[in-house]
Amino acid sequence: MQIIKAFLRFPQEHFNKPITWRLIKEYNLIINILRAEVAPNKAGELIMDIEGNEQDIAEAIDFATHEGIEFRILRSGITLNEGSCVHCGACTSVCPSGALTLRRDDWNLAFTPEKCYACELCVKSCPVRAITAVMHLNGTVLAG
Amino acid sequence: MSRKSFAEINEKIKQRRAVVVTAEEIIEIVAEKGTAQAAKEVDVVTTGTFGPMCSSGAWLNFGHSEPPIRMTKVWLNDVPAYAGVAAVDAYLGATELTESGSLEYGGAHVIEELIAGKQVKLRATSYGTDCYPRTEIATYISKETINEAYLFNPRNAYQNYGAAVNRSDRTIHTYMGTLLPNCGNVNYSTSGALSPLINDPYLRTIGIGTRIFFGGTQGYIAWHGTQHNPSRPRGENGLPFQNAASLALIGDLKQMSTQFIRAAVMEGYGVSMFVGVGIPIPILDEEMVRYAAVCNHDIYTNIYDYSVPSRSRPVLAKVSYETLQSGNVVLEGRKVPAAPLSSMKTARVIASTLKQWIVDGQFLLSEPVASLPTTASPQNLEIVGGA
Repeated sequence: MQIIKAFLRFPQEHFNKPITWRLIKEYNLIINILRAEVAPNKAGELIMDIEGNEQDIAEAIDFATHEGIEFRILRSGITLNEGSCVHCGACTSVCPSGALTLRRDDWNLAFTPEKCYACELCVKSCPVRAITAVMHLNGTVLAG
Repeated sequence: MSRKSFAEINEKIKQRRAVVVTAEEIIEIVAEKGTAQAAKEVDVVTTGTFGPMCSSGAWLNFGHSEPPIRMTKVWLNDVPAYAGVAAVDAYLGATELTESGSLEYGGAHVIEELIAGKQVKLRATSYGTDCYPRTEIATYISKETINEAYLFNPRNAYQNYGAAVNRSDRTIHTYMGTLLPNCGNVNYSTSGALSPLINDPYLRTIGIGTRIFFGGTQGYIAWHGTQHNPSRPRGENGLPFQNAASLALIGDLKQMSTQFIRAAVMEGYGVSMFVGVGIPIPILDEEMVRYAAVCNHDIYTNIYDYSVPSRSRPVLAKVSYETLQSGNVVLEGRKVPAAPLSSMKTARVIASTLKQWIVDGQFLLSEPVASLPTTASPQNLEIVGGA
């Protein structure tokens, strides 16, 4: 079994198709939706954790891509610019997943991307704006 | 009992014989050897803090244009600066916001860019006078092209600061960071045992003229800080449980580093500035080593409910920095995550950099030319009629 974090962008014509249901039903995937946004007349975006066997995941990606859905594998729901982080720790008390923590020995900020829920609470709590959300509705998707 | 003077310690520094340790290292030395022996062996203890300090800003002198202008209004990268002083002087406050309406860019960002050596757009207007005929100017400046540029921060390095929590049912955005509803998190902003004024609670060795680490270079204590409040209640170890003494600091912006001065954006509040400050504590006697060896277990601060929009916020609890730094605080029977807003990592870099400067003989201690007030309480602003 494999667990990936995925970003899916649906064109508007897919709004009435049960894509997530098909991913679950036809590809035996266990899906945990972390974040979902739909803008009328534009596009829908999802960030989800997907658990399944490697072949099923590969086939599901092929299916989604074939349906015209942008499918990207993410490391996390956020990107952390380590060059500008001052390791203050302000992000750590709002992070519900434990992905952002302060190491107690050297007081460095430690980021565990796999744990990230993509809640994005950290993005605006960072005083030096070192954290960017991966999901920008109808914008550029950064490499998470 | 061993006693040392500033002059004796400086003599050792010049001879590179001074024993210098950080405010964290002294804790173990005292635990191992006791205060009497530690006072004999150690000459200086260095401290450090790197947190958002809103009451900060820079004095700038731009030089005269041809023909000259008596600048009446000044903007730097569209951030207004105060120009009600002479012709080409201006004070750029760290929390001043860009006129674009964004809360994401302000004076602190301009200061950071100046320190980084970047070009900054200067715009100024005037009514024109016989001696200063020009009425407007738009140009670019950098720290290389202007005359004086020094930070003069009216209130920095608070001796302790209250921690913040939010008991309301909605998320609030404060200068103490994002506070989640129903006591969802606790934010605090002091480097605890490393914090400068925690290590000299009664300001015995710290005063006007004290040479310090300031923004990556050597700066000075100019005055007591605004709202300086040394009369706060104190514990047996002399330490206050909330913001008490504070300092006004001065130092050369041109020599500073963006590692130790960084613009900060507090969501929904506006702009602030991370300021790096380190103060050397001379170990004149056993009393000073006792103060400097204080550990986080014995430093307490109040936790305030920031959802109450009042100058007198209710206190929910009193906790030690040992507890806060563990990452969790128990509040109303529940474990609540606690996080600092000031960087302990950078505070350590500051304390160890200052230590190295002293060890290398590059930084001598200065005896205060005058003491800071040891009793004072700020007044409140009352709203009176007739104004």
